[in-house]
Amino acid sequence: MVALSDKEVTKAQHVEEVILSHLQTHEEIVNSGEFAKANGLEHDLLLSVVQSLHGFNYVEAQDIKKEAWVLTEEGNSYATLGSPEVQVYKAIPLEGISREDLQKKLDVSVFKIGFAKAMGNKWLETKPLVSRKVSNVEDQVQQQLVHIRNGQDLAAADIDALKKRKLIIPLIWKGYSIRKGTSYAPKRTKAATDLTREVLQRGTWKDLVFKDYNYNALGQPTEGGHLHPLLKVRAQFREIFLEMGFEEMPTNNFIESSFWNFDALFQPQQHPARDSHDTFFLQVPEKAQFLPEDYLQRVKEIHEHGGYGSIGYGYNWKREDAEKNVLRTHTTAVSSRMLYKLAQDGFTPKRYFSIDRVFRNEAVDRTHLAEFHQN
Amino acid sequence: MPTVNVGRDRLYEALQQHYSEEEFDELCFDFGIELDDVTTEKAIIRKEKHLQEDTLEDEEIIYKIEVPANRYDLLCLEGLARALRIFTGKQGSPTFSLSSSAIQKMYVQPETALIRPYVVCAILRGITFNQARYNSFIDLQDRLHQNLCRKRTLVAIGTHDLGTLEGPFTYEALPPSEIKFVPLKQRMEFTAEELMDFYKSDLKLKKYLHIIESSPVFPVLYDSKRTVLSLPPIINGAHSAITLQTKDVLIECTATDLTKAKIVLNTLVTMFSEYCEKKFEVEPVEVISSDGNATIYPDLHVRSLEVDLAYINGYIGVSLQSKQVIDLLNRMQLPSEATIGSNGKSKIKALIPPTRSDVLHPCDVVEDVAIAYGYNNILKTLPRSLTQGKQQPLNHFSDLLRSEIAMAGFTEVLTWILGSEAENFWLLNRKHKEHTGVIVGNPRGSDFEVNRVRASLLPGLLKTMGHNKDSPRPVKLFEVSDVVLLDNTKDVGAANERHLAALYCNTTSGFEVIHGLVDRIMEVVGISNAAVGDTKGYYIAPSNEPEFFKGRQANIILNGSCIGSFGIIHPQVLANFDILDPCSVVELNIEPFL
Repeated sequence: MVALSDKEVTKAQHVEEVILSHLQTHEEIVNSGEFAKANGLEHDLLLSVVQSLHGFNYVEAQDIKKEAWVLTEEGNSYATLGSPEVQVYKAIPLEGISREDLQKKLDVSVFKIGFAKAMGNKWLETKPLVSRKVSNVEDQVQQQLVHIRNGQDLAAADIDALKKRKLIIPLIWKGYSIRKGTSYAPKRTKAATDLTREVLQRGTWKDLVFKDYNYNALGQPTEGGHLHPLLKVRAQFREIFLEMGFEEMPTNNFIESSFWNFDALFQPQQHPARDSHDTFFLQVPEKAQFLPEDYLQRVKEIHEHGGYGSIGYGYNWKREDAEKNVLRTHTTAVSSRMLYKLAQDGFTPKRYFSIDRVFRNEAVDRTHLAEFHQN
Repeated sequence: MPTVNVGRDRLYEALQQHYSEEEFDELCFDFGIELDDVTTEKAIIRKEKHLQEDTLEDEEIIYKIEVPANRYDLLCLEGLARALRIFTGKQGSPTFSLSSSAIQKMYVQPETALIRPYVVCAILRGITFNQARYNSFIDLQDRLHQNLCRKRTLVAIGTHDLGTLEGPFTYEALPPSEIKFVPLKQRMEFTAEELMDFYKSDLKLKKYLHIIESSPVFPVLYDSKRTVLSLPPIINGAHSAITLQTKDVLIECTATDLTKAKIVLNTLVTMFSEYCEKKFEVEPVEVISSDGNATIYPDLHVRSLEVDLAYINGYIGVSLQSKQVIDLLNRMQLPSEATIGSNGKSKIKALIPPTRSDVLHPCDVVEDVAIAYGYNNILKTLPRSLTQGKQQPLNHFSDLLRSEIAMAGFTEVLTWILGSEAENFWLLNRKHKEHTGVIVGNPRGSDFEVNRVRASLLPGLLKTMGHNKDSPRPVKLFEVSDVVLLDNTKDVGAANERHLAALYCNTTSGFEVIHGLVDRIMEVVGISNAAVGDTKGYYIAPSNEPEFFKGRQANIILNGSCIGSFGIIHPQVLANFDILDPCSVVELNIEPFL
């Protein structure tokens, strides 16, 4: 609905009042067009007001339709000036006239149409000059057009002829017949849409009529902040672990030495996973500066010769490889630190967990990233 | 994990049983391998060549099976089928033996120590090849070269038709110009020097040239008639090329790692001796080193590993008798017997065949017992020890803060830790700051740009904003996550720091909104607003940093130290990140709060 200006609102209100008060004393407004005329109202405005009143059941409006004929621009000019064939006829002097001179006397289209029509009506002689064949002609077409202009009826055949010459076009007139509706009241009360502080505090809410609410539309979308979906899942996992009695490991170190990330976990130094196409190695800081020395010796021994029941790998373990810093490829690197610490502090039963980011230097595809979260 | 391509019908024939795809899938799963893909030979080639063609009906179905990286005995159809036949009880484990017939000799010259010190050899007598077996033989060598041999750098395999050669053999290292032979697939003779050049354009072989290229001597194997067997690790000689008619095969593995060379040799002979006249019998070769020490290869000895029955049961969580454990291990190619240990406890003595170089420790035996038992058959129980749950204080605190900021109407984002140097410094106008930080040496990506580990959360937020220009205004983003800074006190030289950052973007800058967020954070953490200069509480001090707009930026001082800053982002920085509306951000370190 287009918003109305204040002036338009008061005009509409006036029309409303006229209609409603009229219906108070009359059964029906038979023809909205005539009613509008009688009361000096704009018919179009009246139509929209009636629609609105109908929507709220103040009135009941029935469609009425009238078909009327109306003159085209061409038709209008002929009604005033006469049909072109008569104009041509009248332009011919008694002694006759040459075709060229006749043409010059008249409007181009008037001549063209009129001459052809006059010839068709057998009103003209063309040789040796154009001259009148009959002494008198009646301008029926003009009369018919004037009839139409005055709103009078014509025979169907005449209507067809005029229509064919494109002198008249149909006009459908729509209006209403209006009666009282089920919610008729002499004056319209505005329907409220919401309970506001004003009507609440003033108590005027008791007198208000409320507009129906559309329950089939959706409500207003909520505003507010959001937590990240992946992190919401992480929170749930954390809760599960904590409920089961697991202790969270401190994983806030993305940079790890190869020693803790691989060697302490018995991953041999020539293992493919330590390749540059699976692991991110660091340029800065390139090497770990401290490693637990006596533990390192024990790790070296197991890799090279075995021990604690294992036969080992039988290769030369290199310290430089263990010193290389990496972006950790798994949080198990943290687990190995924790187990070492547990052994130093004195063993008690423990359950550890962590959920944090790890890094793998692999091809990225639709289910694999270079950085991801791991338990 | 490596994948093995096996023809489905050949496999079922070798398994002596037909399976539906689902049944086979389950069998694989039970055994601990995985049916990764079902395709056809031609489809594989099409995929490699990136062609689009329709499948023809009569193409051989290929199973792609993923096997553990340390199971070299499962890398070919022969090994897989054998393992599965034993697993399903159709046969027992084979016993491998060395024949005692005339022993060939391989003499090692001292110069080989300069480039590739070790060689091990074996002979398969009376073998019968057909096309499929031959292909399998070549494939296994390829797979071993890729995996265990680390692309031929550690071990290189050469296989030869013994019928074309005459022992004794020598393993030497000579200057490349002195080595001359007709290599496989060629007709002309080349010197080794010429071959280095010739193979530079060979897609397959050029990858291996670097292994010996710069050495003054190249490794080479000769027979007694000075026929070149091979130029490891590059190419074999054409003279001794194996055909489908070959009956006797000489296998030589040259290496820089003797342990791995032995495993490679053992894998080849144990897999393919099943096609020899005397099944599972291998003819040994004596390798005599330059100092006169002689060793017989292959070393097919069976190790024994004793494991306590109680250890097995305790580890897995079952109560099996010795006999049951032995039955299970038999199905895993680890024949075993029951013994009593010196402490009177029941033990299982597992005999580890040469095919199982992956068994290093009793726990590996336990794993095989569990697999044969069936992981899904193990009864689930609750552990009996009592422990207390505990959160890391920093994580707990972070989660509380995150909730508060979300409640303040901000939307959480999760951004990349790896980024480019530009994003981390110049695009933020941080030109004159010391832009050192953690740098990755081997970044992924075609232009190697993504090589910085973030020291700030701002690039991530600004990038997110730049990529979401059409989002309804105002946009309010935040992240609570780690950045990494260099730290000399840490053993690795770097440490994580937990930061909080938030961004506001709208038609107006929202500077006071971000300021309000800072106040709100302090409020929920319980830090009171203090006067400028106070050493307790927090206050805001105007700052002058290049990433922010002049006159609309400040540092956040907590208990006398600066923990972060906030401000309107400088228009130049906004342009750098392709952002068209004004933004305000805050970033602070939250660890001082704890």
